Amino acid sequence: MSDQAPGASYAPALETPRSPYRRSKSTRTNWELYGWLFMRMSGLALIVLVFGHLFVNLMLGEGIHQVDWGFVAGKWSSPFWQVWDLLMLWLAQLHGTNGVRTVINDYAERDATRFWLKMALYLATTIVIVVGTLVIFTFDPCADPNSTLEICRTAGANVPTITD
Amino acid sequence: MSTFETSPRETNAEAGPAKSAETARSGKGKVAPRPGGSESKTGEIPSFDITVRLRRYDPEQDTEPHWEDYHVTAHGTDRVLDALHKIKWEQDGRLAFRRSCAHGVCGSDAMRINGRNRLACKTLLKDLNIDKPILVEPIKGLPVEKDLIVDMEPFFAAYREVMPFLITKGAEPTRERIQSQADRERFDDTTKCILCAACTSSCPVFWTDGQYFGPASIVNAHRFIFDSRDSGSDLRLEILNDKEGVWRCRTTFNCSEACPRGIQVTKAIAEVKQALIARKF
Repeated sequence: MSDQAPGASYAPALETPRSPYRRSKSTRTNWELYGWLFMRMSGLALIVLVFGHLFVNLMLGEGIHQVDWGFVAGKWSSPFWQVWDLLMLWLAQLHGTNGVRTVINDYAERDATRFWLKMALYLATTIVIVVGTLVIFTFDPCADPNSTLEICRTAGANVPTITD
Repeated sequence: MSTFETSPRETNAEAGPAKSAETARSGKGKVAPRPGGSESKTGEIPSFDITVRLRRYDPEQDTEPHWEDYHVTAHGTDRVLDALHKIKWEQDGRLAFRRSCAHGVCGSDAMRINGRNRLACKTLLKDLNIDKPILVEPIKGLPVEKDLIVDMEPFFAAYREVMPFLITKGAEPTRERIQSQADRERFDDTTKCILCAACTSSCPVFWTDGQYFGPASIVNAHRFIFDSRDSGSDLRLEILNDKEGVWRCRTTFNCSEACPRGIQVTKAIAEVKQALIARKF
């Protein structure tokens, strides 16, 4: 039982579970609104893009056994598949990044932790998007000089040096 | 207080036939006048022993909260609040919890019962699993002051921020502000809120980020945004468009499940989101 004298020092009250409520500034932008809309729109687009991609690669023709260097070279010689894959790459990356950003916002408790986690996330996203985009547009099916691909043999016969 | 009966516990569903069979055997008529003494069995309502496991915290003695068990004999008609009363009145008067009307109207006694936010005055003990201890904790996400009492100020601060009052424009009408039944129906669901904080303190986003407005504020903003007599909806929508506004909702439906008034909280939040998008495009 308590033998605490009035005015004696009490144990401190329980700490607030997280930073106290303070909202002086208002974010007068529609950033979160656009982020929310983008998640829905890109999600719908990705359903078509990803399942279309899987269907063409795995269901049509010989299925999984057809997928090799030559198959990818064939696809990327067409602007249609270049655009398709580019869209898929960008939307999937941005969709995923935005998702992880909300997870970090929800669960990182300290401001510094939140900031650095997000910086790491944005860096990773930028690297993947830049490298991926570069590959889609600068892909050279005949990068290997010993390539046995038909396109490289004919091209090699006519033009000895490929400067594509 | 902690006498346990060895006989199988009666559940409410079996109470009817079991009771009549018992009375038939013992030859006691139902209409027999109750003996004047206090040894009557409370009108033969089935009683059972329960264990209530309370999250106790006394800031003057404890450094952190801890669980404590209390054994109570309760009746089939008792609510969790009755069990808390028994504990406070008969076992430990230091127990602190809020309750005012005790009939599900004032919204004072929202607490976490068996891991779910409920009003203690609307939760019947017979609806819980009485074979196990019944866990009663303060609602989460708000600072605990003592036992089951939390500091509600952050909750009300967020509530005030959405301006939960009628904002009008132009000259005041000489008669009342007329509204059609259909217009009234539009926001009927969100008028039911009793500000018990069961929804807000069930929201995982609110648990980790106290800056989030929380479901209750959005519900009360919704009540005015969709009121045809109100002309401040643009202001409120602007406030809820904040980084910490409706877009932090992850639609986990915890709030809809927790609401003791059955308000479709997540639906209300979604309608505010739609209104924001409709306003923008």
